[in-house]
Amino acid sequence: MDLRLPSKVLEHILSFVDSNEDRNSVSLVCKSWFETERRTRKRVIVRNCYAVTPAAVARRFPEMKSLTLKGKPHFADYNLVPDGWGGYVWPWIEAMAAKCPSLEELRLKRMVVTDECLEKIAASFKDFKVLVLTSCEGFSTDGLAAIAVACRNLRELELRECIVEDIGGDWLSYFPETLTSLVSLDFSCLDSEVKLSDLERLLSRSPNLKSLKLNRAVSLDALGSLLRLAPQLVELGTGSFSDKLDQEAVAKLSQAFSELKELKSLSGLWDVLPEYIPLLYSVCPGLTSLNLSYATVQMSDLVELITRCSNLQKLWVMDLIEDKGLEVVASSCKELRELRVFPSGAGLDETNVAMTEQGLVYVSEACPNLESVLYFCVQFTNTAMVTIARNRPNLKCFRLCVMEPFAPDHKTQKPLDEGFKAIVERCKDLQRLSVSGLLTDKAFEYIGTHGKKLRMLSIAFAGDSDLMLHHLLSGCESLNKLEIRDCPFGDTALLENAAKLKTMRSLWMSSCCVSFGACKLLSQKMPKLNVEVIDEHPLETRPDSSPVERIYIYRTLAGPRLDMPEFVWTIHKNPEIGVSHLAIK
Amino acid sequence: MSESVAAEHDYIGLSMEAAQMSDNKTKTRDNNNNKNDDVLNFKATELRLGLPGSESPERVDQRFLSLKSSCPVSGAKRVFSDAINGSTKWVFSPGSATDVKDIKPAVPVKEKKSSAAAAPPASKAQVVGWPPIRSFRKNTMASSQSQKQGGSDNNNSETEGEAKSGAEPCLYVKVSMEGAPYLRKIDLKTYKSYVELSSALEEMFSCFTIGQFGSHGGCGRDGLNESRLTDLLRGSEYFVTYEDKDSDWMLVGDVPWEMFICSCKKLRIMKSFEAIGLAPRVMEKCRSRN
Repeated sequence: MDLRLPSKVLEHILSFVDSNEDRNSVSLVCKSWFETERRTRKRVIVRNCYAVTPAAVARRFPEMKSLTLKGKPHFADYNLVPDGWGGYVWPWIEAMAAKCPSLEELRLKRMVVTDECLEKIAASFKDFKVLVLTSCEGFSTDGLAAIAVACRNLRELELRECIVEDIGGDWLSYFPETLTSLVSLDFSCLDSEVKLSDLERLLSRSPNLKSLKLNRAVSLDALGSLLRLAPQLVELGTGSFSDKLDQEAVAKLSQAFSELKELKSLSGLWDVLPEYIPLLYSVCPGLTSLNLSYATVQMSDLVELITRCSNLQKLWVMDLIEDKGLEVVASSCKELRELRVFPSGAGLDETNVAMTEQGLVYVSEACPNLESVLYFCVQFTNTAMVTIARNRPNLKCFRLCVMEPFAPDHKTQKPLDEGFKAIVERCKDLQRLSVSGLLTDKAFEYIGTHGKKLRMLSIAFAGDSDLMLHHLLSGCESLNKLEIRDCPFGDTALLENAAKLKTMRSLWMSSCCVSFGACKLLSQKMPKLNVEVIDEHPLETRPDSSPVERIYIYRTLAGPRLDMPEFVWTIHKNPEIGVSHLAIK
Repeated sequence: MSESVAAEHDYIGLSMEAAQMSDNKTKTRDNNNNKNDDVLNFKATELRLGLPGSESPERVDQRFLSLKSSCPVSGAKRVFSDAINGSTKWVFSPGSATDVKDIKPAVPVKEKKSSAAAAPPASKAQVVGWPPIRSFRKNTMASSQSQKQGGSDNNNSETEGEAKSGAEPCLYVKVSMEGAPYLRKIDLKTYKSYVELSSALEEMFSCFTIGQFGSHGGCGRDGLNESRLTDLLRGSEYFVTYEDKDSDWMLVGDVPWEMFICSCKKLRIMKSFEAIGLAPRVMEKCRSRN
């Protein structure tokens, strides 16, 4: 008796299965389910562009409409990955152009995108709709012009914190007059001024525009006329907020803001002058997301805004807000889910010392939905962390950056082990954790014991020995991404827990004491991993005992990558090492 | 007592306060000498060739792993001049962590007149990538400083740089280089002559021209593979242009220094000598044709 569902029926059922995690499970059931699933998957996400080849992905998902790729490891954000390491999107675009020409959406993070890539996208995908580039680099505004001119049905063009070679603002004028489909435009990371008239005309013919993020070069004066053309905006990133406006202009701008009935998200506010803060009052009650992380104003001004934002769910701000300001956040923003506090100063001697651990304690007490925290602070205490953990066992993401490396609890001078213990013990759903301050191996024993749902962990300047790594690799069952810098462990824990690495997406270690010999050994033991040694100094003559600068290990089906620069070594560069006189300890 | 309030700290807390706070770790002789910074710095940079995992007597040195030469060949390739360290708050070292091996004797980074009581900062060792802030944010905050000239906020740390000499604003200009993936910012007021500017630029951008870290593989990126950086202003490999008040691009060095700093809005380091007088976009096309 044939019990198989007709594939049409299965297809129909699968059309309701949206999440890729579920689809991955579906594809494991049996061959026919695998086939049906792969032929119907529209949205493909590859979280490590070197884990699989572009050709394999294109072959498996021929109906792909949307592709998301991530390239460099996370620590590349902090300049720990040298230029030229990799993360090139070109091979992917080539492959998709050949096999999946109906691709409509491309979302890239930490990848190298060149103008040629952008031109190829524009030329190859007839119905291209969405381009979102986050922390990407390698292209110029000429590439943007190519996208603008050719993608007739473009819906989203977002450049989030990209490093763009900015040749000028003309690119915007390349959007044809026939383009009316724009929903989202984000050019906040560009420097050059775009022509106001081009922008105004674009807005006039974009009735579906919901999200607009301007760059700093767009003046406050210009903002007024832009807002009048797009009162339907849901997300707004302003330009510079600091021109001197006359009374009439201010009144007009105020009016324009009050017309933004749908506005939920506000950002930008570069250089905002305190006297212009009242302009924003009318939109505050509707805001769910407010990014003041570039607004260099004092606590009293910040507070004026925040008290009016009773529906705020996401707040990004600088430490200029101080403990007092966070107390106001606590009392005003009961719906708060995510809080990020960035440092305003460049160094420890300039960081705002009126913001301490107490600010975060206030918020944790009063905001019941708080689940994601990123907090830069000069110092912290164990008591504060214990209190925060007790208040907020629902935390999912806790990233504490005590800016002074090795800083102990500033009241007791003890390590911050107990504080982080409380966090991992109480917050049972914690998925992401960044630790800092003075930490011994004990802290990692606690994390290994309790951090069962932990998926991503970031560590810097911590621990005493190999035990630290051992606790983590043997204890954290859900660990997916681990990144470590400047910690004193060596080879033993890494080699003993090598099997764990197959269950993780990636492991980054820099400035630790792992030896070249251990890297070679690990590479031999674990052929399904790419063990990359990233080291400025040539490795051929390096003794096995010498520590390497950086190691990046990731599981992959694609084997060694073909675009490694000189300073990246994998065992495939020395295949004869297979004949091993490496001692196995 | 919160020891680090208002104290001068370098990035990795090499000042005495920080060292004393981690009492378990600091059993070394270095602490006694903290006020004489140099000794600690040199100790911290001593090469260690012991096997990994072996107990070295001065356990504390293990912490400063970014600062040590962790392999036989000593680093310190990318030396950023003090002038740059002094003018830009965010010193980010593009490239490897070996940048951090450059440890200079104590340099009071800003003329903080109010901090006369505090000891001069221990070595301004810049730890790459710490605190973990994205380059975009660092660059943006650096240019925020230049916008607030002689600002009146006392708490706002960005304005301290401007309040240096009180009356005169700083002249922060962006410096870009053909083929380099990001810009730098410098304060022209910290230089007194073209020669000083030239050597500062050379140091700042030398990392882009030392061939190791050139990008390979990707289409269209060739700009980072020049192997020699000669004297910028004498123009054999590179030359420097600037955008003046009238938005014209001029060759640096033509006008007297004082006039130059009054009219310079931004700087750009170019490679193609033929492109003098042409707009940057045209030069870009020249470059890609070569």
